[in-house]
Amino acid sequence: MNIERRRFDTLVIGAGGGGLRAALQLAQADAAVAVVSKVFPTRSHTVAAQGGMNAALANVVPDNWHWHMYDTVKGSDYLGDQDAIEYMCRAASRLVIELEHFGVPFSRLDNGRIYQRPFGGQSQNFGGDQAARTCAAADRTGHAILHALYQQNIRAKTHFFDEYFAIDLLKDDEGYIQGALVMSIESGEPLVIEAKTTLLATGGAGQLYRTNTNARINTGDGMAMALRAGIPLQDMEFVQFHPTGIAGKGMLITEGARGEGGYLVNKDGERFMERYAPHAKDLASRDVVSRAIATEVREGRGCGPHGDYVLLKLEHLGPEVIHKRLPGIHSMVKTFLHIDAVKEPIPVFPTCHYSMGGIPTNRFGQVVAPEMQGAEEPVPGLYAVGECACVSVHGANRLGGNSLLDIVVFGRAAGNHIIGFLKESRYHRALNKESVERALARLARWDRKGDGETVDALRDELQRTMEEYCGVFRTEEVLQEGVEKVLALERRLADATLRDHSRVFNTARIEALELENIMDVAIAAVVSAAARKESRGAHSRIDYPRRDDERWLKHTLFFKEGRQLDYKPVRMKPISVASFPPKERVY
Amino acid sequence: MASMRFSIYRYNPDTDAHPYMKDYEIDGLDGEMMLLEALKRIKARDETLSFRRSCGEGVCGSDAMNINGSNGLACITPLKTLKTPVEIRPLPGLPVIRDLVVDMSQFYKQYRAVKPYLVVKDPVPEVEFRQSPGEREALDGLYECILCACCSTSCPSFWWNPDRFLGPAALLQACRFLSDSRDQATEERLDDLEDAYKLFRCHTIMNCVQVCPKGLNPTAAIGRIKKKMTKQFI
Repeated sequence: MNIERRRFDTLVIGAGGGGLRAALQLAQADAAVAVVSKVFPTRSHTVAAQGGMNAALANVVPDNWHWHMYDTVKGSDYLGDQDAIEYMCRAASRLVIELEHFGVPFSRLDNGRIYQRPFGGQSQNFGGDQAARTCAAADRTGHAILHALYQQNIRAKTHFFDEYFAIDLLKDDEGYIQGALVMSIESGEPLVIEAKTTLLATGGAGQLYRTNTNARINTGDGMAMALRAGIPLQDMEFVQFHPTGIAGKGMLITEGARGEGGYLVNKDGERFMERYAPHAKDLASRDVVSRAIATEVREGRGCGPHGDYVLLKLEHLGPEVIHKRLPGIHSMVKTFLHIDAVKEPIPVFPTCHYSMGGIPTNRFGQVVAPEMQGAEEPVPGLYAVGECACVSVHGANRLGGNSLLDIVVFGRAAGNHIIGFLKESRYHRALNKESVERALARLARWDRKGDGETVDALRDELQRTMEEYCGVFRTEEVLQEGVEKVLALERRLADATLRDHSRVFNTARIEALELENIMDVAIAAVVSAAARKESRGAHSRIDYPRRDDERWLKHTLFFKEGRQLDYKPVRMKPISVASFPPKERVY
Repeated sequence: MASMRFSIYRYNPDTDAHPYMKDYEIDGLDGEMMLLEALKRIKARDETLSFRRSCGEGVCGSDAMNINGSNGLACITPLKTLKTPVEIRPLPGLPVIRDLVVDMSQFYKQYRAVKPYLVVKDPVPEVEFRQSPGEREALDGLYECILCACCSTSCPSFWWNPDRFLGPAALLQACRFLSDSRDQATEERLDDLEDAYKLFRCHTIMNCVQVCPKGLNPTAAIGRIKKKMTKQFI
């Protein structure tokens, strides 16, 4: 085995907000940390987050973390783990302020404090008046946060492996994760990075669907690596469709557009959200608004020649609000639709946006899986944070503004826990060579020549299949058909071949590896969805329209081997406050 | 638009002794589509073509390239604005790794050289630093940079002195921190830039302003730095 080897205390895979926040914590504690990213860090998808980050700073209207916690539990349709949610909401204010100290250019109020805007699913006083909890840097909050975190990592001298692709985790016979086999995209050469701890922060899997708000790089790489290492994925049936993707194209229009006062209308000019959510209207939870839009269109009240979208009205906000608070949206719709948002409404439709599910972790970022001893035993040496993980703070439906919060809170928490772990673990364990061989075989498989199907065609078919068979509304029949179709695609993928076998910056090979990842994640999503016979949050079953707490108030666990499903209870007990028991969810 | 012709710079160090231009004719495009969509379709047909791309909406800065002689992002360049055959080359002035992929090390090094992070020397408060809306507005037009390198690689001063002139992108960042009411390293930052090359090789050619896909103005930012420097040394 003649492969270059590098050794670090910690390997972080992924350089979005979660990975960079963890790396910063570690670098500041003088741990040797390597960050591997398949793109230059500021090109990670955190950069595209628009609206903001929730924290009960109470800069605009009264607020406190406990109300934020209530909203998050309710938004999750009671599938969120309440200990993790309490932890996140309590930490939020401090961590926003820390980001501000790192240099994030938040928008400001007249008194010089951080600007906060209303977002969906937010309330004061446990379901009362609308709150304004989302801290924003215009509509470029993700860009502002990601760049500031990268800059602080430059200052802390974090070691970056830019444009390296992670192939697979390395694992020894006792189940310890020992780092990963990665590949330099530029040279095509594999590299073993040994680490006492490995943190997966690889983001989401929006490329599961044809129309999505996500970057092309969001292919579920970390999720699939976990699956292949024998670790289950949790709650993968819960895929968030953002209510306002640009119709037919998918680019995201931030919820902040409605937070600033925008609203949705159907072809009759009716402000239809009043019928679905009389109190919160356009600022109901995302699952509620997305279903409402899909229902309007299905019942023939959609706009346009094909009646296949609704309109988001912003004109009444006036040029000043639009230019100051939503400049990115203004320029995006101008670029892609030739629409001036100051004068014309924007055509929107629900679009795949976010995976609530992911690699199961506890609130310290440790990956947990069922073992002999219990349902949540830490996998030694492995951590996960952000969209690739499932803590679970989002349960069945994530609130807008909670994902930037999630990555920062749990990125930091994982960093801290790793620092403790490193104190106990002075030495690297002996590298398991078989594990390296297995990872190399994954790479070598694409050296096979021939004229098999192409990666591009298969990816296209997978995305269409997921859209058709695992979309906003689901039924048993359609999901079962979806399972069959995706499994057939998986079999065909085994015979696909590349035309390009060169080494240097071979993006076709990267896309092949990404397709394998997205395929593993697609199977987890559709199999988990077919099994859950209730409607909860983003998972809407026409054949089981009600939430069923008796049978389904539990997390799904999907294992790659044998495509087995298991379940584990929701953590209903918070850390210090009383539990919020499930009740009917109205907005 | 029935079909459209493209002429694309190709070079694979594994197989090619020299770079060459390769022509493609693609059907079924419409003028409203962005150039990135056309490139994806070319790649579907010829997977050996390498280029970087990610967000597809002009915020990640991956797909900067030279399009009909001018730098831009493929994902926000509409096909209907392009004369055919569309000539696509890698960003100028940086070493080519393969096809449209350039080695950006030099560009990133210049970015790091301006210490692109907020420096605060006083003990930090337990609440946010206060910053008035006016002070915050001073950052508009500076913080939005996506590090795509369209500007620096279109700058003749950067081509001639890539190792000594910092280039428009890095100087825009320098200005971003010099303009931040919270930053406490103004003096050091200006001292660092006080050099015949780092800053003063900008000859206000303004190619950077012309090509910036985010509509930013590095030349004006460089002017602001010069003004601050004059103030400091007088």
